Amino acid sequence: MVEWTEQERTIITTIFSNLDYEDVGPKALARCLIVYPWTQRYFASFGNLYNAEAIKTNPNIAAHGTKVLHGLDRAVKNLDNIKATYAELSVLHSEKLHVDPDNFKLLADCLTIVIAAKLGSAFTPETQAAFQKFLAVVVSALGRQYH
Amino acid sequence: MTSLSAKDKDTVRAFWGKISGRAPDIGKEALGRMLFVYPQTKTYFAHWKDLSPGSAPVAKHGATIMAGVGDAVSKIDDLTTGLFNLSELHAFTLRVDPANFKIFSHNILVVLAIQYPNDFTPEVHVAMDKFLACVSLALSEKYR
Repeated sequence: MVEWTEQERTIITTIFSNLDYEDVGPKALARCLIVYPWTQRYFASFGNLYNAEAIKTNPNIAAHGTKVLHGLDRAVKNLDNIKATYAELSVLHSEKLHVDPDNFKLLADCLTIVIAAKLGSAFTPETQAAFQKFLAVVVSALGRQYH
Repeated sequence: MTSLSAKDKDTVRAFWGKISGRAPDIGKEALGRMLFVYPQTKTYFAHWKDLSPGSAPVAKHGATIMAGVGDAVSKIDDLTTGLFNLSELHAFTLRVDPANFKIFSHNILVVLAIQYPNDFTPEVHVAMDKFLACVSLALSEKYR
């Protein structure tokens, strides 16, 4: 079981309650596809991913980025039971989407960078630690049901 | 392992030109963050009195490291040769586990995102990530 301090819970819930999902989601996913181009393998049907500009302006990518970010909401609401909360999503990513779980960490790192750029100096070392801990738990839970 | 294209090198050099004035501060921030967010990295600095972000030893050493990164930018066309001495230092004297180069690189990128939110575009991000990976590799050359 993951132990969360009160401070960590506050940091995580505050970040998400102030989040502009339609801005951060698309930016994080686009950044992931640009910085780690092999992740594009999962989006062959999404249209033009030919260069950075195309990725940044692709409406399918934008919509999907928002969707993925909202997917984190359930973890935020169930901090004490993320593993069980994501059991079904883990099966989906493994059995249906066939996503290599190493990719979860890549997207998590890009999300960290985008949030850091948004929050600026408010993204203190404490905030970074809590946010990265949260994402690490999410990443672990999403990889849990792979076999 | 990754190699840098001409475009990567141009992007890194141009971006470094923008940020080099703040290199000591970036280094201080990145090192302070690493020691805080990845506490296992503190094991290399047990001889310091104060490991908190912004402390004097952290500021001084962060600046030293970023000066090394700046040097690497100037030697970007042949990092293995250019970082030969630093690689020997890390391999034989410091013996830093190379996994930590990745961790430190990540924290540099976080600080760049914080301090240059508009300039640290995805295109700059990928070039800097590749560059730091190449620097890490060059530093690991002499390990075994």
